[in-house]
Amino acid sequence: MTNIGLLEVTTPSDREIAMTRVFNAPARLVFDAWTKPELIKRWLGVRAGWTMAVCDVDLKGGGAYRFVWRGPDMTMGMRGLYREVVRPERLVSTEVFDDPWYEGEAVDTMVLVERDGKTTVTTTVRYASREVRDAVIKSGMATGVAEGYDKLAELLASIA
Amino acid sequence: MEVPQPNPDRLDATFAALAHPTRRAILARLVSGEASVTELARPFAMSQPAISKHLKVLERAGLISGGREAQRRPRRIEGEALAVATGWLERYREVWEGNFQRLDTLLEELKADEAERGRRKRKGDDE
Repeated sequence: MTNIGLLEVTTPSDREIAMTRVFNAPARLVFDAWTKPELIKRWLGVRAGWTMAVCDVDLKGGGAYRFVWRGPDMTMGMRGLYREVVRPERLVSTEVFDDPWYEGEAVDTMVLVERDGKTTVTTTVRYASREVRDAVIKSGMATGVAEGYDKLAELLASIA
Repeated sequence: MEVPQPNPDRLDATFAALAHPTRRAILARLVSGEASVTELARPFAMSQPAISKHLKVLERAGLISGGREAQRRPRRIEGEALAVATGWLERYREVWEGNFQRLDTLLEELKADEAERGRRKRKGDDE
């Protein structure tokens, strides 16, 4: 696998959205970066102007996590429970946002496969129902369409 | 640059066609390249005639077209559909791409730290 850095986003079933990405590091380091607070704070959601104000992790089956991000003029939080913790190959957790933009909780499954010092990470978010996932997609699609029309002429020209 | 206004009727047909998750999944698959009906049917628990029905809806909405190879009849996504389908995928992608680039940097650092610890340990063992 040499597709380092290539992010694939797919819809493997009618309730799921999946992402696949290859990292140029062994699985144990990738797993740690995803589960140790001091490391999570360095990359997850901390785009320009944002920091992680809360990053609590109780890394065991049934353990809870709590993340809160602080941005220029707002905060955003989420929480969940770890369901399966198998370092460094598998992590299953639930996710609920403080300000929910979809109903119910979703289940995140992360699978890490290491080969020749590189790790392929597949994360799958499984929503409560097809309707919920579609609502998530539609909200994104509406934004995509609005933004898309600005870029459409350009896009069509490049495809033609 | 002047932004072209979308035709409302065409837009209705587009959204009606996109209202079905299977059809969106078909489009998502076609974003990565042409595919035959057999290839498109594979990930779904659906018969080929059922998939063909969805393909007809997508074709009528102008979202996909058949390819040049008559026998295999590969389907291809059209520009507008590509813009819509990649629109929502893009949103996910942009957020996560940013996350993953920061993670790449962190992982390089962690690898370097590990190597450094390894060197120190070996040095300690030698002495």
